[in-house]
Amino acid sequence: MTTEAATIGFTHRGSEDTGLGHRGPESKSIVVPYGFWLFVLSDMIIFSALFASYATLVHATDGGPTTNQLFHRNLVAVETMALLISSFVCGLAMISAKRVNMVWTQAWLVATGAFGLVFLGIELYEFSAMIAEGAGPQRSAFLSAFFTLVGCHGAHVTAGLLWLGTMMAQIWAKGFQPHIIRRLLCFSIFWHALDIIWVAIFTIVYLIGTLS
Amino acid sequence: MTDHEDNLLDVAPGEPHNNLVSEVAAYVIGLGLALILTGISFWVASTGALWAPGIATGLVVLAIAQMGVHLVFFLHITSGPDNTNNVLALAFGVLIVFLVMIGTIWIMAHMNANMGPSPEMMNLQMQRG
Repeated sequence: MTTEAATIGFTHRGSEDTGLGHRGPESKSIVVPYGFWLFVLSDMIIFSALFASYATLVHATDGGPTTNQLFHRNLVAVETMALLISSFVCGLAMISAKRVNMVWTQAWLVATGAFGLVFLGIELYEFSAMIAEGAGPQRSAFLSAFFTLVGCHGAHVTAGLLWLGTMMAQIWAKGFQPHIIRRLLCFSIFWHALDIIWVAIFTIVYLIGTLS
Repeated sequence: MTDHEDNLLDVAPGEPHNNLVSEVAAYVIGLGLALILTGISFWVASTGALWAPGIATGLVVLAIAQMGVHLVFFLHITSGPDNTNNVLALAFGVLIVFLVMIGTIWIMAHMNANMGPSPEMMNLQMQRG
């Protein structure tokens, strides 16, 4: 009788019994990444607003340079490869971290950061070349929207690289403790999400922008 | 219920499975599919063999497919019962993203087409000049 009542939630035996077939809230290892997942999704909503303004302003060039004159596909292809491989290697780092393997985790994280830096370097080179030839963000509404959208992604990558360095130091100093692993998992979600946003950027901005 | 069983009930986004080979295989398959889709995208954009007006739409479809690959193989979002919360959050996010993007582009295109300067306005500007 007591057991039955407890099963359907009439008693408080086992104070965390909610009567919903599960005992209380989820563990932190579920709740923390889920909350971070919600953050990432809201970040994507911010990017959707930037994409919408870019699509609205893409032809407002004010007599200045157009998408066809500014963008170089080969450079973008290299950027895309660098970020994709960085995302893949970050997954390998997560697999190593799960197996508490310090050497491989750090090695894959270094590779993640290296490919991320290659991406960021090419992007900064592209930006500085554009600004040098007078196609800076103040030239036209199109270029303002372009630098806001792509620059916002670049800022996210920069923040991700700083976070990556912090995580490598924390793993090194504190070891594979549960809260460190949770942070690393959040970082990997962030990093994969940036690659998803980049897929939208290289398609909408660079490929569709350079169709003849 | 043990902690281990608890972990099987719900999976956090981004969390891999439990077997080294299948975990690595998921990332390798994901990388392969992403490379193929990226390659097709760049080829579609530069070839002259396709019907030109359809290329932009095709590129968007390829991009959405690649985002799906990233979600499934890199972020491990699946249709399993352990992923319901993550999928529902994603579905709501996708809804808002599409509302913002399609709504903005639709409305702004119409305003651009319908709210240009009227003939009287143009006339006034001419007189002032």
